Amino acid sequence: MGLFGKLLSKIKGTAHASAADWDELEVALLEADLGAKLSSRIVEAARSAKAENAESAIVAALHGALSKKSREIARALTGPTVILIVGVNGTGKTTSAAKMAAALAREDSQVLLAAADTFRAAAVDQLQTWGERLEIDVIHGAANADPASVAFDATQQAVARNVDYLVIDTAGRLHNKNDLMAELGKVRRVVEKIAPVKEVLLVIDATTGQNGLMQAKIFAESVDVTGLILTKIDGSARGGIALAIEESLDIPIKFLGTGESAKDFAPFDPEIYIQGLL
Amino acid sequence: MFDSLTSKLGGVLGSLRSRGKISKADVESALVEIHEALLEADVALPVVTEFIEIVRGRSVDALATVQSGSNQAQAIFEIINAALTEILGGNARRVRFAKQPPTIIMLAGLQGAGKTTLAGKLAKYFADQGNTPILVASDLQRPNAVTQLQVVGEGVGVPVFAPQPGNGVGDAVKVAKEGVAFAKAKLHNIVIVDTAGRLGVDATLMNEAIAIRDAINPTEILFVVDAMIGQDAVRTAQAFLDGVGFDGVVLTKMDGDARGGAALSISHMTQRPIMFTSTGEKITDFDIFYPERMASRILGMGDVATLAEQAKKAFDPESSAKLESKFASGEDFTLEDFLEQLQAMSKMGSMSKMLSMLPGAGAMKKQIENFDEGEITRTQAIVQSMTPTERRDPKILNGSRRIRIANGAGRTVKEVNSLVERFTQAQKMMRQMRNGGTPQGLPPSMAGMGAGMGTGMPRPGAKVIQKKKSKSGNPAKRAQEESS
Repeated sequence: MGLFGKLLSKIKGTAHASAADWDELEVALLEADLGAKLSSRIVEAARSAKAENAESAIVAALHGALSKKSREIARALTGPTVILIVGVNGTGKTTSAAKMAAALAREDSQVLLAAADTFRAAAVDQLQTWGERLEIDVIHGAANADPASVAFDATQQAVARNVDYLVIDTAGRLHNKNDLMAELGKVRRVVEKIAPVKEVLLVIDATTGQNGLMQAKIFAESVDVTGLILTKIDGSARGGIALAIEESLDIPIKFLGTGESAKDFAPFDPEIYIQGLL
Repeated sequence: MFDSLTSKLGGVLGSLRSRGKISKADVESALVEIHEALLEADVALPVVTEFIEIVRGRSVDALATVQSGSNQAQAIFEIINAALTEILGGNARRVRFAKQPPTIIMLAGLQGAGKTTLAGKLAKYFADQGNTPILVASDLQRPNAVTQLQVVGEGVGVPVFAPQPGNGVGDAVKVAKEGVAFAKAKLHNIVIVDTAGRLGVDATLMNEAIAIRDAINPTEILFVVDAMIGQDAVRTAQAFLDGVGFDGVVLTKMDGDARGGAALSISHMTQRPIMFTSTGEKITDFDIFYPERMASRILGMGDVATLAEQAKKAFDPESSAKLESKFASGEDFTLEDFLEQLQAMSKMGSMSKMLSMLPGAGAMKKQIENFDEGEITRTQAIVQSMTPTERRDPKILNGSRRIRIANGAGRTVKEVNSLVERFTQAQKMMRQMRNGGTPQGLPPSMAGMGAGMGTGMPRPGAKVIQKKKSKSGNPAKRAQEESS
């Protein structure tokens, strides 16, 4: 991290940073996938402030980009809280679903997992392996079953067993495939016949570029996304695209996936994130 | 893929074309717009800068030598086309085969890039060319990656060497080594080794990949990367290049709407060719990468070469020849032939994918995306609900037959009527063609299925047109032919 460190130390004590310094900052922001719009807005904010106030101006601009919505998991008043995990292929939905369930189980909640990714080869097995490791039951259907039917069965089970949370893993789908997005809408509608879906979490890979905005926009249109899980943040990528999504669509990042084990999952803390960027 | 880049570049070139004479200032303002378009498309900054420099230098030279406005615009268009092709890797290289079989292909990449799915597609591709590939399951990290590879292998009918259950158990290096030995013993000529996904910065996993590489000495290491990757593409690619190293790149999820900047950056920054692209969830959604074709697609000129190749693959030469000779002998094109063509077309892949390869497809993007793929299936269902006699002679289709067909196909009589109507027109057109006329319309199987599909498609009987006119011995038929 440390996007701004270099510039901040450079302008410390001087009256103004040079144009080249500002360009350098903008390049650094672009390279962190913040996108052209957000990058130039932050640079402008810092530039218009006095040198000694540059840091606080940047912090304020970053705060301004972040969503004001709650980053907590919304709870159902009665019955199980249903959490739907969605996203494009290969972002880490199955792993995130398992980690999410593990995090909830650590808080002494009763959790059930549903393997509604009936498309990808062995995705159900993958979630079941996680379930065995974590000692959490996984509801699944036959191979290539209708994902909505698996989700429905799982919701019925969740109500019958009176669990606190049901985490539903879905198949990865590219957001420009209308039929697959419609299928996801159906999963949601079918579940809601039994219990309200309190959270729809979109899993975004931290290495994603500006395409992430389109992903979030279209998923939000189809299934009303309530939050983001930013995964693979342990790599070299800074996940600036998530900030761009917060800014333009007002969808809060709720969790970070930081590694391969069940513990590598944490609630998103905007203060720590901003400090990390500085 | 590349849609927004295509439309932006199209706009820039369009405004250049509309000028009488192009000045240096015009070129500069065009370059500013291109710069912005490339950045928005996630192209890495250094690549953008270099691209702009190349185009600027050559355009200024061209302006000095070419005088009139429209020729100048064309010259700049060609400069951009050439520069794009260069950035995309110039002349592509195909997979090298080992002098001593087996050829060993190792896959490496980030988690979730699509390595395991790609392993299956690659295996199918090689098997279709008459090779005897085997898949080796060396991803022992991700839960059930081994099972996934087994399912994928079973799907494409390629054996999978998987002695270890995975899920964190077993030695990936040992599996890879034994897999290669097994392939040698069983005379498989290609070994595809699937490895665990790893982050560029994860030293432990990178060392495992290096250990696998050193143990099996692969003929090719392919770096598998998600086309939706952002500015991190270059860092990640560099980390893999410095770590395990790679000889070629495979881009996956090319069917998304990513702007394709990674495609434009990685090959250029690492000086490694892009060899394949993965374009969908079906096992056959897999293409060889051609830089010049991709450049032409980005500039909105379509990719007719790929379309023609796919057509050639899908249309079985035997049935084409049969149709041709039937056609030459003066027999009518029947619904049976029509059905055969429809089936061949559905083998070519999704209709929207084919349509998007046509020149100018960018302008009808929305229609293409929402093309109803079910149309072909429904048409097939209607034809298949007819008796063989009806297929050969649709004239006998009276009202009650049509009702029966509609019920059989689960469609309405109106749809049956419109199919018969369209078919009759197509048949008429075929007769015209046979008589050496130039039909103003579409090839028969395309009738009523969207405009402009004729380009690049093989037309059964196309040769006949030049060869001869009809020689029907039947006077009635002869008269009909001559009148039409």
